[in-house]
Amino acid sequence: METASMPERPEVFYEVSTERLNVVEKPLSAWERLYDNGAVRKSFLLAMLAAGWELYARWLNNPLLVPTFSATVSALFASIASGALPQAAAYTISMLLKGYIAGLAIAALLTAFATGTRIGADLLETLTAMFNPLPSIALLPLALVWFGLGAGSVIFVLIHAVLWAVALNTFAGFRSVSPTWKMVGQNYGLSRTGYIARILIPGAFPSILTGLKVGWAFAWRTLIAAELVFGVSSGSGGLGWYIFERKNQLLIADVFAGLLTVILFGLAVENLIFKTIENRTVRRWGMQV
Amino acid sequence: MASPLLTVDGVTLRYRTKDHLVTATYRVSFDLFQSDRFVVLGPSGCGKSTLLKAVGGYIQPTEGSIRLNAAEITRPGPDRVFVFQEFDQLLPWKTVKENIAFALTASGKLPRPQAEERAMHYIAKVNLTEFASSYPHTLSGGMKQRVAIARAMAMEPQILLMDEPFAALDALTRAKMQEELLQLWEETKFTVLFVTHSIPEAIRVGNRILLMSAHPGQVRAEVNSAGADAARIHEILFDEKQHGNSEHA
Repeated sequence: METASMPERPEVFYEVSTERLNVVEKPLSAWERLYDNGAVRKSFLLAMLAAGWELYARWLNNPLLVPTFSATVSALFASIASGALPQAAAYTISMLLKGYIAGLAIAALLTAFATGTRIGADLLETLTAMFNPLPSIALLPLALVWFGLGAGSVIFVLIHAVLWAVALNTFAGFRSVSPTWKMVGQNYGLSRTGYIARILIPGAFPSILTGLKVGWAFAWRTLIAAELVFGVSSGSGGLGWYIFERKNQLLIADVFAGLLTVILFGLAVENLIFKTIENRTVRRWGMQV
Repeated sequence: MASPLLTVDGVTLRYRTKDHLVTATYRVSFDLFQSDRFVVLGPSGCGKSTLLKAVGGYIQPTEGSIRLNAAEITRPGPDRVFVFQEFDQLLPWKTVKENIAFALTASGKLPRPQAEERAMHYIAKVNLTEFASSYPHTLSGGMKQRVAIARAMAMEPQILLMDEPFAALDALTRAKMQEELLQLWEETKFTVLFVTHSIPEAIRVGNRILLMSAHPGQVRAEVNSAGADAARIHEILFDEKQHGNSEHA
């Protein structure tokens, strides 16, 4: 009999105390905190990459193929000082902003139409399926025929680059907004526009932000490529043109400086602008870890 | 006798799934009076949540009518405020206080300064004052439900509609929340329509209980919870006395 072998046991009570416990809460060491900082880790990686570049270029010793990191940096500063690079960058940025904003506006209209009606949703889905895989730069020859050799053509291809990524992500975001939030919004008697502004947009914000980032990256790449193909328009060229022109003059360090500028802008927008928006919105709200 | 606040009269609710037309409830009738704690109790599949959504105005009955103060309910409105089972009913992009103030301003009940004042009053009622400026994702499940209840009560609606608000909580928190809800009722004597599938919860929370059968939901009985015992309700609910264990058929 198993039950018979069970001994008689008294009830026991213990004092709860943390007196002899060494660690309840202990600050991390300086090194651990440093390593936890993403910016520090990434800066370290960038420094290592720059050092690797410098070493390889010195070993190769052919500035027409790969100029050293230090030569690129000094070319960068020289171009900034001469005003050539800032002018090119300013031109590129202004074109980019025009195309980006126009793309966002059209995406907003299209998404609003798609959210309001079923046929609009079908239209958006069909158009996105058709045009999203089409590289914007492939439209440039056609754009040149339609809009001529000028800002109009570039803005057209930029809109194409931005529009589909943003519209697709925003619409997908609207669709995946929690049904409970939708019911909450209806419960408090929000108007149609109030419902979109106060429930749908914040509810879909993680997707919208992804769309904005992807759209920005597409636009940036498309623009640099378009400038390379396209060259000068209306008297001044952008970064793509700057790179192309310096290559023709065999100023390879300047070409690298131009590429570096493109990279630096990309990093700055991603890490300063989009990161800040992300930290103040979706991360703070716990909608994205 | 006073006239009822809410009349549900012979309501049949149907909804369409991908390949079926489902009858959720069939000719359900009951009356709700001022300050009632009216519980709809039934097994899953008895259409009780669908019924609550119909009272909320999200679904239209295919037969019968639902009237609030003799006026037909046609759409959702701030005079009937929902508390859902889901923890995500709070808007994550708003703090606790903003969630409540939002409800008051969005519905046009109060301008912003007064809305915030009233929000703080109700946050204090559910003992969350120190979390007023926290975002919902930092709160526990029980705290989120308390905020949702505070938000609904701050609206001071004609009826609170509660759809198994405590079902996703652990047993201890659940018992505590039931206690708190009763205390709040003692203070303000609000009218609540409460849906649950738990017999003990129905007896504890309600003063009157509507018992429903499943597939489709039909009314079995309407009883007072004072002096009701769980075993008897279980018998009525599953119809064991009359036909033996018909549930197994």
